[in-house]
Amino acid sequence: MNGSAGAAVEVDGLTKRFGTITAVDDLSFSVQPGEIFGLVGPDGAGKTTAMRMFASVMRPDAGSIVIDGIDVLAHPEKTKRHVSYMPQRFGLYEDLTVEENIRFYADLFEVPRKLWEARAQSMLVASDMTQFRQRLAGQLSGGMKQKLGLTCSLVHTPRVLLLDEPTTGVDPLSRREFWQILYSLRAEGVAMLISTAYLDEAERCDRLALLNRGTMMYCDTPAGLKSRMPGAMLEVASPEPRKVREVALALEGVQGVLLVGSGVHVNVDDGGRRSPQLAQALAGAGVQATHIEEVAPTIEDLFVALLEQNSEA
Amino acid sequence: MFRRIIELLIKEFLELKRDRSARFRLLVPPIIQMVLFGYAATFEVFNVSTAVLDQDQTQESRSLIAAFVNSSRFDMTTVAKTRADVQNAVERSDAQVGIVVPPGFAELLRKGQTSPLQILVDGTNSNTALIALGYVGEIAGSFGQSYALDLAQRTGRALGHPLVQVSMAERYWYNPNLNSRWFFVPGVIGTVTLITIVNLTAFAIVREREVGTLEQILVTPIQPVEFIIGKTLPFFLIGLVVVLIAAGVGTFWFNIPFKGDPLVLLLGTCLFLISALAIGLLISTLCTTQQQAFSSNFFVLNPMFILSGFSFPIASMPQVLQWLTYVDPLRYFLVIIRGTYLKGVGLDILWPQMLALGALGFGLLAIAVMRFRKSLD
Ligand SMILES: Nc1ncnc2c1ncn2[C@@H]1O[C@H](COP(=O)(O)OP(=O)(O)O)[C@@H](O)[C@H]1O
Ligand SMILES: [Mg+2]
Repeated sequence: MNGSAGAAVEVDGLTKRFGTITAVDDLSFSVQPGEIFGLVGPDGAGKTTAMRMFASVMRPDAGSIVIDGIDVLAHPEKTKRHVSYMPQRFGLYEDLTVEENIRFYADLFEVPRKLWEARAQSMLVASDMTQFRQRLAGQLSGGMKQKLGLTCSLVHTPRVLLLDEPTTGVDPLSRREFWQILYSLRAEGVAMLISTAYLDEAERCDRLALLNRGTMMYCDTPAGLKSRMPGAMLEVASPEPRKVREVALALEGVQGVLLVGSGVHVNVDDGGRRSPQLAQALAGAGVQATHIEEVAPTIEDLFVALLEQNSEA
Repeated sequence: MFRRIIELLIKEFLELKRDRSARFRLLVPPIIQMVLFGYAATFEVFNVSTAVLDQDQTQESRSLIAAFVNSSRFDMTTVAKTRADVQNAVERSDAQVGIVVPPGFAELLRKGQTSPLQILVDGTNSNTALIALGYVGEIAGSFGQSYALDLAQRTGRALGHPLVQVSMAERYWYNPNLNSRWFFVPGVIGTVTLITIVNLTAFAIVREREVGTLEQILVTPIQPVEFIIGKTLPFFLIGLVVVLIAAGVGTFWFNIPFKGDPLVLLLGTCLFLISALAIGLLISTLCTTQQQAFSSNFFVLNPMFILSGFSFPIASMPQVLQWLTYVDPLRYFLVIIRGTYLKGVGLDILWPQMLALGALGFGLLAIAVMRFRKSLD
């Protein structure tokens, strides 16, 4: 077992099947206190299913989950006080105000009034929502709803926080505030498991697990994962990205091409040797390209490369 | 534990206060039903449109027709010239009843013989037809009787015949004027309470499931039992208030005397509400969306209404359906509410209904709670 002493979460051999599909297949990892652990994968990878099992709202078919030294499957009630789960769609009561929602969850956890009021106040300040205390939750924007959801999940100061795609559909500013809160929780020693389909967000995690169709393919720090990237990444800036891809794919030594916001990412076996060859080929085909340079791969590049490698194998 | 239930209770009332559709479900059905059944629903028939053909044209035939019109039960809408006119009027729905006085009507009467009278009734509304026909018989009968008496007084005494008459004196107990409102309104209180409480309970839980708050609540240390209590107690209290208000309207607005012991009715209401809550909870375990809850409500509540004996006598139902009525809580509650309201009877009479309602309520509740706990997995 890879679990070290004092791990906040230890998952071993976790498996869940729905009929013929295996939504989560033999998942094992551990999360330390004060660590942000990311579950990354496309839709249907099994992130939500895994989260629901950690939160003990769903029973696995096999495997074990230990949170804070307590076996979740044997004693689901015992861990509830220390765990907080924020589902993909946080269930807010839309007809209650921001404050009433917070108070509701605080009371369900039987948090003393003074304690939760202070905590809610500081969270609302941190997420810039103090002026919306009396607003009905149903009238908040998507980002504010998620921040309120986070506040509600945190009123009882959990030691483990499970966040299922918390920033999907959230504006960039709210997203940044959201992550600020997560960083301060990390400083307090809270262990966080966060799932996301945003690969740029994955870079903010301390460690990542790449999930695809229920299987964990890789588990490492973002830097460690990037070092596994085979070859080098060339970024081509061009007004005709599709034509660039066409030309690049026909070239020798090209392992993959990905269209990104800033242009085209071409994964090659050897950056120094292929860069001039690519420039030449583009010029020969009459495709405009402002510049070509070698860049550090993003998690997205990595994910695509790893997925391709995996499907070839 | 106490704090969590109280918090759920407060939350439920806050939501009810702010959620327009929930408020609608709470307020509108009772008002509509009370008004409809209080004013519109009646077994009595007045002003039946009538086509009259008088082929006799005598003093007697005219006074017979006058007897019909004066009764206020019939309204002469068509004065026909031929039989075809009468038939037409009925076919075109200008008249529900056709009365034909054949030629020679008076002549037979004067001879002291039975004189025929032809009545055509539009049977498409069988209820009205039957009732109207009853009135025709009544009016024609009393006309015949007074004519016979008249004739006898003029001729009979001379013949030395003593006149024998049998008359039936009817007295209806508990509802001396056979006022249908007296019959309907207490029943409506039961029906309205059932509809409102089943609806509110089912919707409140299904909505939590649909919106995702149910999953959210389940990861808190709350126990399923606490959740169920917190979720049903508000509707229990609301149910009591609905019954109270509906009974108030029945007594003070519709002037239906409340003869029994309010405490007996309260006991019955509590037992009845347990069944209603259990049914709402059961529906909520079978549905994942409010849309589904809405349609299953319909499938459950309509049969319960029909099988309750509210307006269709249980004794006239086929045997299989009669058995089904035993698991209809409304059936028992109607007996209890009509019994306490109109008859003023107490527990000594109503205990079998109370017992059945209690057993049914707690049985349903046990099944609902078991199913609900299962549905959480
Ligand atoms: N309750 C369920 N019943 C049947 N299949 C399910 C259920 N929940 C998830 N799945 C299936 O399991 C797989 C993983 O789903 P999910 O965990 O929601 O993925 P993700 O959250 O990564 O998008 C998908 O193929 C999905 O269709
Ligand atoms: Mg998901």
